[in-house]
Amino acid sequence: MIAYLTGRLAQTVVVVVLVTTIAFFLIHAAPGDPFGAAMENPKVTEAVRAQWRASYGLDRPLPEQFVKYIASVARGDLGWSFSRQRPVAAVLKETLPNTLLLMSVALVASFILGIFLAVLQAMKPKSLTDKIIGGISLFLFSMPEFWLALMALFLLAYHFPVFPIGGMRDEVMHSSYGFGGRVADILRHTVLPALTLTLLYSAVVARYQRAALLDALPAEYIKTARAKGVTEKSIVRRHALRNALLPIITLFGLAFPALLTGAVFVEKVFAWPGMGGVIVSSIDSRDYPLLVASVIIGSVLVAFGSLIADLLYRVADPRLRDDH
Amino acid sequence: MTEPLLSVEDLRTYFHTGAEVAKSVDCVSFTVAPGETLGIVGESGCGKSVTALSILRLIQQPGRIERGSKIMFEGKDLVTLDDSGMRDIRGNRISMIFQEPMSALNPVFTVGDQVAEVARIHGSGSRQQAWDRAVEMLTLTGIPAPEERAKSYPHQLSGGMRQRVLIAMALMMNPALVIADEPTTALDVTIQAQILELLVDLQKKFGTSILMITHDLGVIAETASRVIVMYCGEVVEEADVKTLFEAAHHPYTEGLMHAMPQLGEPRSRLNVIPGAVPPPTDWPKGCRFRERCPYSWELCEQEHPPLYQISEAHTSRCHLAIEPERRAHPHPPLVEQLGVPA
Amino acid sequence: MITEVPLALWRKHSVARRLRANRSAIAAIALMLAIVIPCALAPAFAPYDPTAQPDIIGLRSQPPSALHPFGTDPFSRDVLSRVLYGGRLSLSIALVATLLSVTLGTAYGAIAGLVGGVVETVMMRILDALLSIPRLLLLIAIFAAWRQLPIASFILIVGFTGWYGLSRIVRGQVLAIKHEEYVLSARALGAGRTRTLIKHILPNILTPVIVATALGVGHVILLEAGLSYLGIGVQPPAASWGSIIQDGADQIATYWWISFFPGMAIVLTVMAFNALGDALREALEPRRAKS
Repeated sequence: MIAYLTGRLAQTVVVVVLVTTIAFFLIHAAPGDPFGAAMENPKVTEAVRAQWRASYGLDRPLPEQFVKYIASVARGDLGWSFSRQRPVAAVLKETLPNTLLLMSVALVASFILGIFLAVLQAMKPKSLTDKIIGGISLFLFSMPEFWLALMALFLLAYHFPVFPIGGMRDEVMHSSYGFGGRVADILRHTVLPALTLTLLYSAVVARYQRAALLDALPAEYIKTARAKGVTEKSIVRRHALRNALLPIITLFGLAFPALLTGAVFVEKVFAWPGMGGVIVSSIDSRDYPLLVASVIIGSVLVAFGSLIADLLYRVADPRLRDDH
Repeated sequence: MTEPLLSVEDLRTYFHTGAEVAKSVDCVSFTVAPGETLGIVGESGCGKSVTALSILRLIQQPGRIERGSKIMFEGKDLVTLDDSGMRDIRGNRISMIFQEPMSALNPVFTVGDQVAEVARIHGSGSRQQAWDRAVEMLTLTGIPAPEERAKSYPHQLSGGMRQRVLIAMALMMNPALVIADEPTTALDVTIQAQILELLVDLQKKFGTSILMITHDLGVIAETASRVIVMYCGEVVEEADVKTLFEAAHHPYTEGLMHAMPQLGEPRSRLNVIPGAVPPPTDWPKGCRFRERCPYSWELCEQEHPPLYQISEAHTSRCHLAIEPERRAHPHPPLVEQLGVPA
Repeated sequence: MITEVPLALWRKHSVARRLRANRSAIAAIALMLAIVIPCALAPAFAPYDPTAQPDIIGLRSQPPSALHPFGTDPFSRDVLSRVLYGGRLSLSIALVATLLSVTLGTAYGAIAGLVGGVVETVMMRILDALLSIPRLLLLIAIFAAWRQLPIASFILIVGFTGWYGLSRIVRGQVLAIKHEEYVLSARALGAGRTRTLIKHILPNILTPVIVATALGVGHVILLEAGLSYLGIGVQPPAASWGSIIQDGADQIATYWWISFFPGMAIVLTVMAFNALGDALREALEPRRAKS
């Protein structure tokens, strides 16, 4: 087990290095300088530009820059954000937790909802319930996230002003609330963005899990369980589900990239101060170091998600626990 | 005559697939007495497994037990019993041992857990008591170091051991009847012998009745006291073991006996019954064995033979019962004459 | 015992039959055609010129009506016509990009599987690394830097990032078939190595390839819509479904129809392609024999 763990960690590190390399290549291959929109102003003279390049080491040979870049990333220094005039790392430190909050809520909610729906579907395959849930799932996951977010915003924030229009907290009132009030305020603001992400991903989970359950149900050991007198409900919920949970762990690994990319759009629509919003605003402001660093962090997140999924797999499937 | 433990009367289990109906079990009747082992023998497709599954009502769509079927057990008709009553019986009063020990066990639960589950469902004791009883049963079925073994997963055990686990599972609640569906087919020959011995032992100890389903006459010889032979969804012969082996009546049974390779006898080819089993969607008219039978004549095509009484405990579904002299004049079976490829 | 002849025959007869029998497959194909044909033939179907701004004062931002079933936008352009022409663009991009991805993925996976050894391991590791950058993020990074790219480059880049999953599947199939009995027996009969592999492998990877194409088109439609919504996809004056949604996003509170209809078009189209992919997968998969 330990050997496996070390091996996988090493693999993850390699991936991170590779991603950083690609990011470096992107920064330097991109047209223009990574100084942001401000420097594109024609009034800025060539001399000033050369000065900036020198002070950022951009006139050094590429391999040297590359090594410096890797070293600084390893140190945690992700460059300087021109649009925000702060170190990139600081910006990400502030915004990443907000995205993680959104992603975790959506992750938990979509798995619970998705598995619940899948169990309902698997208990009576091809029934009306199955077809209706299946149809709604298909509808939901064929939807662009930003569109669902826009529609949700329109319906539940404008047309029927149930939820706040955006942001993570009520900027005006927030500081005057007590602790409970602050939590409630944040929760109110979390509902719509998290709901959007949840609706989409639970459709994916439900589809996947339904297929896994239906695959597990005809198994011989299910027949044995029936012959022991186990109730149908228990058959689906305990015997089949436990086997069908294994593929779900793969979905857990896939949830990271899915929810992260979903967050990019959802955060834009709801003005949620997370990493997705940072990515979007850095596109507009052409703040390339910020953008690329976010991509790196995003990829690291995804790599870790896949690592955790692999480990969970080993824990859940007793057949994999004995190392060959 | 003691009251039979299980009485199957006119069982019909048909599979309704779209336009066709597969009559897998087509009017089968038999009884099992307390403490006895009844063997059901026949080739694949004859309906013996479906019969077993029907008794426990484990048949799923598109199959169903047809009206008019009756399965009496401990004073109840299992065909019309409600679902919760049926669940009370499964694993508790009647249990089943399946053919493939690897796939019959859930790979993600420990064997102890799966065996104990029977007691948790049907018993009233605590989890610990169920576990203890499971370990007890594992000991009884000859599994070494049962305390530890109970914590293993199915993939960590050998085929023979897994089958012992299934047997332990079946016997947990000391059922009155155990249905064993090809319990040794998937095992090595040496292990087969051990498992059969175990079953016979346990039966003596607990007085359980066993319904032994198999295609292997050797297994029948070792374990059964009475046998029914099934072919094309019907019982074609019923007798006690000795009579069956010494004086089989039905030509199909004869064919099965001759098909068993005998060690020590000089033979250049294996004896096979020519032709193939007809599909359950299209049983032939008259006698279903007619085209493969070396004795058939016109009556066999015209009339579907009933179960004739040959002697007190011996019945046979063959018209030879009324025209025994025809046995002296065998002919090549119709399948060969018609040139139908085997 | 597997012989290839009966399998191929079975395939030809059953696939068409099973597809026809599958009701949702038919519905999916019908829906797909109902959308694709009007979009492809937009000049014939669109009631107005999508760029025409006939009456910027009188006709701006009108809700759906008999004359303008999808309403008009702030420039008095007819939304229905815009959606039709936009669909033409979105669908063409999706189709070409997907075909590119599928070809790349099949080739990569097949080569990896056939060649084997160190080369295969290296190729798979590279694949693992590529897979860990979420496709959208990578595309955002690229298109944010290189703006105003011509559509052809856009399609190329999107196509170049979508083949990873399929290549894994193809490689898996190739590996499985390499050792299948009928390949070994064919070789035992003297058939050449490459020849048998190609002859036997192609039919077997057809299923995942076809399914991947159907599902892939849906994915790219969503991707391109997202990128256009962020402003780095299709650039004006060209309009795709995503960019039309973006046009209407700021006025979602008051003029909801501008974003609603193109979004609905996306959902229905992607649904149709997804359902089609599912149905194809079911129809093409050889049934497992019941023992």
